[in-house]
Amino acid sequence: MSSPHSRATHASPAINAGLVAAAAAIVGLLIVVPLASVFYEALAGGVSAWWAALSHDPDTRHAIWLSLTVAPVAVAVNTVFGIAAAWLVARFRFPGRSVLISFFDVPFSVSPVVAGLALVLIFGRQGLLGPTLAWLDWKVIFSWPGLVLATTFVTLPLVVRELIPVMEAIGPDEEMAAVSLGASGWQVFWRVTLPNIRWALLHGIVLANARAMGEFGAVYVVSGHIAGATDTMPLRVEKLFQEYRQPASMAVASVLAGLALVTLVAKFVIERRLEAESRDLAAARATGETHA
Amino acid sequence: MSIHVRDITKSFGAFKALDRVSLDVPDGTLLALLGPSGSGKTTLLRIIAGLEFPDEGVIEEDGKDITDRHARQREVGFVFQHYALFRHMSVFENIAFGLRVRKTPQTEVRARVDELLRLVRLEGLGGRKPAQLSGGQRQRVALARALAIRPKILLLDEPFGALDAKVRVELRQWLRRLHDEIGMTSVFVTHDQEEAFELADEVVVMNHGRIEQQGTPDAVFDQPATPFVMDFLGNVNVFHGRVENGRAFWHGIPIDYPDYPHAQAREARVYLRPHELELSPLTGHGQPVAGDGKAAESLAASILRVSRFGAIFRVTCRPHGSNEELQVDVPAEVAQRLRFALEVGTHVAITPRKARVFVPGPEYVI
Repeated sequence: MSSPHSRATHASPAINAGLVAAAAAIVGLLIVVPLASVFYEALAGGVSAWWAALSHDPDTRHAIWLSLTVAPVAVAVNTVFGIAAAWLVARFRFPGRSVLISFFDVPFSVSPVVAGLALVLIFGRQGLLGPTLAWLDWKVIFSWPGLVLATTFVTLPLVVRELIPVMEAIGPDEEMAAVSLGASGWQVFWRVTLPNIRWALLHGIVLANARAMGEFGAVYVVSGHIAGATDTMPLRVEKLFQEYRQPASMAVASVLAGLALVTLVAKFVIERRLEAESRDLAAARATGETHA
Repeated sequence: MSIHVRDITKSFGAFKALDRVSLDVPDGTLLALLGPSGSGKTTLLRIIAGLEFPDEGVIEEDGKDITDRHARQREVGFVFQHYALFRHMSVFENIAFGLRVRKTPQTEVRARVDELLRLVRLEGLGGRKPAQLSGGQRQRVALARALAIRPKILLLDEPFGALDAKVRVELRQWLRRLHDEIGMTSVFVTHDQEEAFELADEVVVMNHGRIEQQGTPDAVFDQPATPFVMDFLGNVNVFHGRVENGRAFWHGIPIDYPDYPHAQAREARVYLRPHELELSPLTGHGQPVAGDGKAAESLAASILRVSRFGAIFRVTCRPHGSNEELQVDVPAEVAQRLRFALEVGTHVAITPRKARVFVPGPEYVI
């Protein structure tokens, strides 16, 4: 038998089929049918009605535009932070290193609403930095900088978490070789480190972007829900839904869902590249040790 | 270019990797740093390369202090243990890397890389990725990459450690020829004494962050300076004896030891290498045959075991009236000419052709 599983892990065909059916039913009921129904509802009135719902309402147009600007900014901040933090953690040993790694995960364990509230406590008018920001005449809460902050906060772990294991697996030897060959720090980064982590980085960016586009809770708290000013796509979906404008709400929702599908495909392609690279790495290690 | 290392100390936390190490590498020498793992040899190599910095001490190149100089400015070629080739670059780009970061013109890069591909006998493989090469080929790419920048010194960390036995021997001989051709001062780290002895002009034996002995392979092998060197350089029989009046005694056999001329007897250890012991037949009375009046210089023993390793018989003997065991190596062609059978139970006389005595430091005096 070519299967890597031992006989002991093989269940009878009936149990196998039952488990597969149960899994398919759960996935279908919880994921496929609801997602399909969003598209169905959105396109129920035809493509032109769907397009009209998206393009005629200036507040909806603004919400789409806002999401398309806030998410890339948050993702860019995350990319820079993620690379720097992963490099620090993967290449250096220092006191408090493991505590720092646990802190990277805080945004995953804290409710986004709490994150939003925390930002209001710091940057709001009554907040810690309120007077300073008022004096500078900078508006953070109920404005786009607040949206960027909240989105960055909730997506923070996604890039760094992708990079740490990959950088640790690759090890520092190639970077050291580059230094001994005369490369400067930037040359090492652009020519050696970045090409080696590119697929993991792209994976993190795709995940962070999907999360940034879809973020609701933290953004809800800091945005103030001002139509045409601080409403992002998810906030717009919710507002239209509350105003009983279901077709318009579903149209915007379908854009978000479509984005999710694109993300899914991108993720699939990138993960295949990542697997191929880690196989190469393992193969290189193995032949390096035993063969000539 | 010559290298001088003076009083280098390096600690990692509580672990002292190097303890006041001093070393001279004359210009054009191929030198081996030999020692067990944890002896500090790789740390010393990385400090010479500028990849680590010492806590104390000075490194000089041709008399110039380069201790604080970064690896980037040291003009050192470093070959890493697992090659550390840039996996996403072709063989050509790997070798060209050092030239590219120096903004060398493209035509010059091409000429230099082609020259190096010929030198390491990898013509036509410039377009391959490292993953498509065998271990021996990767090793040669790593070497070509290090040589591309025309370094003044070549440093190699366990250069053959990851290769199988046959390729290892071939590459070793090839590297020796290459060194003779280009004559660059080179230092390599190894834990394999055969490798060190076959390849190097000079061998430095390290242990616990210190240098035990430095010398030519012959000098180190024939006159081991310390018990550690003796032990590390292979199979050896060790016995406790005593030393007085310039002579040590092992089972009544005297061994000259002029370093201890005192009359007061002292504990000593006697080291006998298996290939420096000779077997001869024993007469019926249990006394060694008086070959040329040297009866007192051999020891009566019986054979416990005989095993064959290639062209050598390893004979384990037990001296009469003792629980000790000692090993004697008999080359196969010598064994054929023996006047007795190499069999378990045969009584033989053992004559040491050479023996070494080490007196433990004063702290061991009883």
